[in-house]
Amino acid sequence: MSATVDTIPAIGRGFRLQWEAAQDCHVLLYPEGMVKLNQSAGEILKRCDGERDVAGIVTDLEQAFGANGLERDVLAFLDMAHQQKWVQW
Amino acid sequence: MVSAAQRPGPPLWLLAELTYRCPLHCVFCYNPVDFATREHELSTDDWLRVLREAREQGSVQCGFSGGEPMLRDDLEILVAEAHRLGYYTNLLTSGVGLTEARIAALKEAGLDHIQLSFQDSTREVNDFLSHTRTFELKEKVAAMIKAHGYPMVMNVVIHRLNIDHMDRIIGMADELGAEYLELANSQYYSWAEVNREHLLPTREQIERAEAITARWREKLDGRMRIFFVVPDYHERRPKRCMNGWGNVFLTVTPDGTALPCHTARMLPGLEFPNVRDMSVHDIWYASEGFNRYRGTGWMKEPCASCDEKEKDLGGCRCQAYMLTQDPAAADPVCAKSPHHHLITDAVALAERSGGRSEHPLVFRGPAESRRLAKAGGD
Repeated sequence: MSATVDTIPAIGRGFRLQWEAAQDCHVLLYPEGMVKLNQSAGEILKRCDGERDVAGIVTDLEQAFGANGLERDVLAFLDMAHQQKWVQW
Repeated sequence: MVSAAQRPGPPLWLLAELTYRCPLHCVFCYNPVDFATREHELSTDDWLRVLREAREQGSVQCGFSGGEPMLRDDLEILVAEAHRLGYYTNLLTSGVGLTEARIAALKEAGLDHIQLSFQDSTREVNDFLSHTRTFELKEKVAAMIKAHGYPMVMNVVIHRLNIDHMDRIIGMADELGAEYLELANSQYYSWAEVNREHLLPTREQIERAEAITARWREKLDGRMRIFFVVPDYHERRPKRCMNGWGNVFLTVTPDGTALPCHTARMLPGLEFPNVRDMSVHDIWYASEGFNRYRGTGWMKEPCASCDEKEKDLGGCRCQAYMLTQDPAAADPVCAKSPHHHLITDAVALAERSGGRSEHPLVFRGPAESRRLAKAGGD
């Protein structure tokens, strides 16, 4: 089940996303473990609130970073994140 | 002194060992054998302060363990504060004492995760394997865990007395609806070291257990994820113990002693700080106990010149000390260690003895603990 622009992603059950000042990055916490996220992964995941669809997330990212054509990268990242159960939809 | 360039990262993992009290008598327990001589537990306020201080230093994962942490009636208070502070909160329990009222309160407090361990002794192995009392308790607890929306994560310590029942153990975990099953081969510290002759399986037993695990993985087709942790006695390179000394893990014991791992207190000539006297910041960055075996500077040969030293960091200090009486020696699990024969001898004995020993199996308990503490001369 690949992500499309209509997909509404949310952080996966049992995972928690938060900013960690001590590590200067977003982290994803899960039972007994942690993933350190790079900036783009953190920016995408913090917009996965279970309300916005991918189209909305892409628009928001493009506005926030003054960029264009992010849709393909966002979809590819979300598919990978979905496989890891970081996000669900 | 630790220079800025070598400054260690934050203590990401805080393991709060709330109590050494436990209703069980596991023969492989990793609590110190002299636990009964250390009865002065930290207060609720002490723990709340430790949680705050460790979080300020960057801890993100908090494990509540023991002993049996359900025996602390302030567990819900501690979980709530840990959750409020931004920890991911993990409860490591045998399920004894986890009632419907308490699991509901823990959920309300923000508990993120429960790992249910299989309580064990020979009597209980039989009990578990024969579907009686223990199974009923696990079944009840597993149903509660799932009803409250937690993933069902089971941990079973594997050793000679249960390894030949692997098929049955995995089958029962599946019947209990486990989504994750950790089959952790016993490591030989503390009570497990006392009982090593009874517990160390043969290579053939491990291979059979791994084959059974592989068959189940295929059959379950992803319904349950199974982790099989191989015992290091059957390896030729040591484990990167605790992911490095004072690198990620901070254990606080029931009496407030801060340790780089839960068994490090056995090491001689080393003072470990107590959270009653020192802040978590100073414990992590400035205490002698946490700095002594950090990195690679402390190493002797064959580690010092080894091209794999950054990979395994010389293995486990406790294992080196237990087997060679030198905590700075290479972990004898390493085939490059001059003491490696101590490991291969123990494995060879396991092959020959059929698990029989002239020493009786010692069950963890306060009376045995006091006897062992006395015999140990502390």
